[in-house]
Amino acid sequence: MMQAVAIPPFERFYEEHRVEVLRLLRRRLGVDRADDAFQETFLRALRAYGRLDHGEHLRAWVLTIAQNVALDVLRRARPTSELVEVAADDTPPAYADLAELTDGLGPKERAAVVLRYGYDLSYEQIASALGSSPDAARQATSTGVRRIRRRITS
Amino acid sequence: MTISPDLDRRFRDAAATLGLIDVGYDVVESPIGDLLVAASDRGLATISFDPDPGERLEQLARIAGPRVLRSPRTVDVARRELDEYFAGRRRAFDLTLDLRELPAFTISVLDELVRVPYGETTTYGALAQRVGLPRAARAVGTVMNRNRIPIVLPCHRVVGSTGDLTGYAGGLDRKVKLLELEGAR
Repeated sequence: MMQAVAIPPFERFYEEHRVEVLRLLRRRLGVDRADDAFQETFLRALRAYGRLDHGEHLRAWVLTIAQNVALDVLRRARPTSELVEVAADDTPPAYADLAELTDGLGPKERAAVVLRYGYDLSYEQIASALGSSPDAARQATSTGVRRIRRRITS
Repeated sequence: MTISPDLDRRFRDAAATLGLIDVGYDVVESPIGDLLVAASDRGLATISFDPDPGERLEQLARIAGPRVLRSPRTVDVARRELDEYFAGRRRAFDLTLDLRELPAFTISVLDELVRVPYGETTTYGALAQRVGLPRAARAVGTVMNRNRIPIVLPCHRVVGSTGDLTGYAGGLDRKVKLLELEGAR
């Protein structure tokens, strides 16, 4: 059996990923709104950090949290109808592998599918990244997969 | 691209204020060199004479949890008391201590150690006697050597039975300075 990767002390995790997180948020939100989103991203990560099972895929995990914080900021600023378009037009790095397949899914479903099948995260971890419960993460994943299947086979 | 010090500081302060940190640490300047000071929500957890966090972050994570973050705010109280101590304005510390994971024997020794008054010294043997194990002077020495919270738990006040300083995890120079500060030498 493979040994689980140990969870690093948060300080190391923060130092390793903070520049990339800020870069992503500036790209998505502009310099002015990126600072608050940066703080919110790492506070969300900190809240969930004690519940992680292992230290794998932490980069994908924190970038997904950042994506969701950015989405929340955009959602507050724009009417809902534009939301999906915003998410689908701007393909983030963590989504790259499954980008084509998951194109057209809602942001939460898309994130859930990519984290589950692209990064092999547990529902617990996905829930942390999305700020929801493991049940909701499981639900979002299976809804996403069902939609993709329907589109491929139709 | 770098993170501005202001943004970095805002995050660290918010994390501390919201109580999301298992252990916070910072470097505290002192006349005996920079100290790495770490505190959890239970109290002061470590003082280290080596200000470079290095492996200590992993140690702290094992004791208190993985949310280890440099955060000046979490050690503010300890910093203030240490400053007062080094300025000669404080003779006893009012800090609560996080002694998690320490064996019962160690804790009983530290309980006695903390009663050794400012400006006085005792011996390893005398301390062993007070714990009720008069033959355990060597074991008491080991506890002093591994003391996670030197200065506040005053292992510098413990000397050999002939009066020589024996040793100090932070180096004998520091032991001498602390005893001189307290007027014990």
